[in-house]
Amino acid sequence: MELKAELSGDVLVISPLHDRIDAAGAIQFKDRMREITQTMTARVVLDLSRVNFLDSSGLGAVVAAMKALAPDRKLELSGLTPTVQKVFRLTRMDTIFTIHDSLPAGMRHAG
Amino acid sequence: MLGEQRIATMTRHPNPSLPNPSLRRLIQAEPFAVRQALQDLLNHFPLNALDPDQRGTVEVVLAEVFNNIVEHAYADDPGEIEVEITQIGQHLHCMLRDWGRPMPEAKLPTGALPQFTDGLDAPEGGFGWYLIRAMASDLKYQRDAEQNLLTFQLEIDASSH
Repeated sequence: MELKAELSGDVLVISPLHDRIDAAGAIQFKDRMREITQTMTARVVLDLSRVNFLDSSGLGAVVAAMKALAPDRKLELSGLTPTVQKVFRLTRMDTIFTIHDSLPAGMRHAG
Repeated sequence: MLGEQRIATMTRHPNPSLPNPSLRRLIQAEPFAVRQALQDLLNHFPLNALDPDQRGTVEVVLAEVFNNIVEHAYADDPGEIEVEITQIGQHLHCMLRDWGRPMPEAKLPTGALPQFTDGLDAPEGGFGWYLIRAMASDLKYQRDAEQNLLTFQLEIDASSH
């Protein structure tokens, strides 16, 4: 599970480069998130625009990453694709995250 | 009339002699094999004929059912999962069989969404059966002769294809 991290001002933007966060990759995703978020910023934005598929294990891993940052730091989400959005909505996990349609202009980089 | 039906059948199915071909696979109950199997299944009829939204729903349900078998039925010893998917009208009929441990109390989990008040006590698991029940219908489970047999239906809109 390759995650790309970029610092944009005081925001850390993390982009999974793989197209799925599933049961086979959830533990590795959590571990990589823990390593990358050692960079101390108040806001962390997880850019999910390349992720087409997320199962309940992947969802649990994203929630775990958010809880690992709380309460002092915040995990926000960006660019949910339709299937990922559906999983967040059905489980009501969309109510506990700030979700952006896409990365704010200043945080977008060619990738 | 019959001629028209035959033509419709021939254009929709890869093999005109089989009006409702089932998609069948035997897969290893292991997370990476499940990932590969999902990609393989989605690339074959009838799943490759679905629109992206329906494919997403089907993939989530199949993934949750597979993962549940991997993590629970085969928690101690790995094994195999048989899957068979048949399109009948507006529904996909799905059948999954494994030879692992039975469901607790030989019943399907209720799949209640774990309770939470905010992000700090949000659940990190327990979503699987909730998602299956939210997306699939007519779920049936049977334990018979050391086998777990699960059947369910997924509604699809076949009219657009």
